[in-house]
Amino acid sequence: MVEPKAKATGPKGHVFISPERCKGCGFCAQYCPTGVLEMGDAFNRKGYHSPIASHPEKCSGCDLCGMYCPDFAIYGVKHARG
Amino acid sequence: MKANPRGVLTGIHFLDGDHAAAEGALAAGADFSAGYPITPSTEVVERLASRFPRTGGTFIQMEDELAASIAIQGAVWGGAKAITVTSGPGFSLMMEHLGYGIMTETPFVLIDVQRGGPSTGLPTLPAQSDMMQARWGSHGDYEIIALAPSSPQECFDLAIRAFNLSERFRTPVLLMMDECVGHMLERVVIPPAEEIEIVPRRYTKIASGETYWPYSLDESPNGDLVPAMTRAGLGHFPHITGLTHDEHGYPAMNAQAQTVLVERLIAKIRNHVDEIMILDEDHVDDADIVVVSYGITARVCQPAIAKARAQGLRVGLLRLVTVWPFPEKRIRELAGKVKGFVVPEMNMGQIVREVERLVAGKAPVSSVTNAGGEVHDPDVIYRAITEVKR
Amino acid sequence: MSNTAMEAALEGMEPQAGDVSEADQHPIGEWLRQERMPHIWCPGCGIGTTVNCFTRAIDDLGIPREQLAVVSGIGCTGRVAGYLRLDTFHTTHGRAIPFATGLKLARPKTKVVVYSGDGDLFAIGGNHFIHAARRNVDLTILCVNNFNYGMTGGQVAPTTPEMGSASTTPYGAIEKPFNLPDLAKSCGAVYVARWTVYHVKQLSNAIKTAMSKPGLTFVEMVAQCPTLFGRRNKLGDGLAMMEEFRKRSVIKHGADTRDCELTMTSPIVCGTFVDTARPSYINVYSEQMHRILGDRYIMPDSWREVLS
Repeated sequence: MVEPKAKATGPKGHVFISPERCKGCGFCAQYCPTGVLEMGDAFNRKGYHSPIASHPEKCSGCDLCGMYCPDFAIYGVKHARG
Repeated sequence: MKANPRGVLTGIHFLDGDHAAAEGALAAGADFSAGYPITPSTEVVERLASRFPRTGGTFIQMEDELAASIAIQGAVWGGAKAITVTSGPGFSLMMEHLGYGIMTETPFVLIDVQRGGPSTGLPTLPAQSDMMQARWGSHGDYEIIALAPSSPQECFDLAIRAFNLSERFRTPVLLMMDECVGHMLERVVIPPAEEIEIVPRRYTKIASGETYWPYSLDESPNGDLVPAMTRAGLGHFPHITGLTHDEHGYPAMNAQAQTVLVERLIAKIRNHVDEIMILDEDHVDDADIVVVSYGITARVCQPAIAKARAQGLRVGLLRLVTVWPFPEKRIRELAGKVKGFVVPEMNMGQIVREVERLVAGKAPVSSVTNAGGEVHDPDVIYRAITEVKR
Repeated sequence: MSNTAMEAALEGMEPQAGDVSEADQHPIGEWLRQERMPHIWCPGCGIGTTVNCFTRAIDDLGIPREQLAVVSGIGCTGRVAGYLRLDTFHTTHGRAIPFATGLKLARPKTKVVVYSGDGDLFAIGGNHFIHAARRNVDLTILCVNNFNYGMTGGQVAPTTPEMGSASTTPYGAIEKPFNLPDLAKSCGAVYVARWTVYHVKQLSNAIKTAMSKPGLTFVEMVAQCPTLFGRRNKLGDGLAMMEEFRKRSVIKHGADTRDCELTMTSPIVCGTFVDTARPSYINVYSEQMHRILGDRYIMPDSWREVLS
């Protein structure tokens, strides 16, 4: 049940990706407002391309990627304040 | 536990079967009904509509029987004790949801006040032609409990029993009335609440927020096969589906899960036939000829049997109060002993097929049919009795 | 992890061995039955996106978990109920609304949401929708409209646009489809909104608003079915369809619902179209009983919890 996750950290937040959950739809990469994500070239076990954080420094943790993702394979978390 | 007095109209009444059934539901503690008008059952819901607001219940007339038969199940999962009522055409519409209730193990009572069929048929005249539909009307394999009252008093009594069985076995239960019993007026004695025994819904003892699986047998005594119930709002978060499911309630689309579930649902009833069965026997033990009947027809048999006995024939009446599950054991027992069976029913031969199956050729079985519309002429039954030859 | 996607993801990223800390968990993960993941929906299907919008809405609303129930019908969207960790009821085709009506009347304290698809709610279920709206039962009805029957292979639905290809209208649909916002409004729904799954924020807010209003509230969620409707009509993959939603959408709050019709190429008018108030079913029922029966009226105990 614990999905392997990869985490990228930007100045304002993190993005977490579970590559094995991804089905390669591309919404996250398309709609990330700051351009953090790209769909990668590698395949996951099911043959889909999952996203990579090619520009983690741009991540604000806004979670728009998470709202779009139909597979709950990615999400953003803002850094806690203070 | 004892009945809640607020639903019990204690006293001696002159009621028809429809009204008596409504009072039976109220006495049993029913507090929700969703219905749809259909002759000759409408009076049941009319009475519930009138009485429920004064006993703490809710009635809603839905837009059709499809809605009524599932709204009651939503109410049960909200914690209510629910009933719906219909006749032939509505019974057909309710079949899918009867299956849903069986599959999800949702307790409720469904009354069919049978009328002439098929199709629109004879709305105001009696028949008993939905008896096989009661057993097989929904798709798939299942067992069903169906009771057949022969009088307005029994409409009251068996409505309570139907609720008790539905809670005991966590399953829908059918009350197969007919227009004659539904519309005849007779004395109905409603006892004080403390004399009415009610089987309460067996809720799970698992605490709110703890893991609860809606179809687990962990809380069931060995062999009982009935899972503990819950409702919305208790923090158990059941997932209830009509898809074949495992004990977690989650869809399980494979043959093993199907086998486990369907066999348990069937065994849940079959293993407890003795507990469910009610037979009313009159001179059956030493009978040469056994008349097997149910509902209003069982009463119509009485003058015929009396006349036959007066001629010296040893005739017994086996009245089925529980029609489903069918009394297989009793019929098999009698099959080897008697000269013949006579099965009058207000249909073209439905329950007689069960009798034939179980008698397995050991004795003649005579079907006394009736297309519906009026009760048998007792003389027709009398002649069938006298014509029984070994 | 030895798989290549994980390794690729790790370039510039840190692996999380084991579960992440609570602060870093999936924002709506606790609302899902995680043991049932992965779900059955296709790559690029819009339903999962609507679940994100829904779960974030209920998270924001702060309704206690045990006071929520989701009732669904049959179809791809109907499977939503099975993935949510709530009191969930996967009922029969077309009959989620009457089930939800019974549930609500027995347990008014529970906030009941009907979550189902366009075919389930408006073909076989159409009669129940119009009556629930007429009665103003306190229900929120969320309709995923993907313009076909997905689960069974892409058959025509009452929402399929004219000329749309579906497996049972292989030469193009000839029927005028329902205009769902107009239908909902004319039947008496007190809140009517439409958003596409591109509009994740607005959709989530609309769900929040719908669930906060008493009475029959309705949100149409236009979504892509790339595997069937999309493929048959050469609309591209999920992302291409999502991009079309983005381009064709026009936000017009307060628009006349008669102007909300959809064709294969029309603008998709989105927004809140109806936001009104009318006493809900239980309120009318109990008030009438009080008026007519006075103190002979015995209100169900479960109603006393919500009506004082």
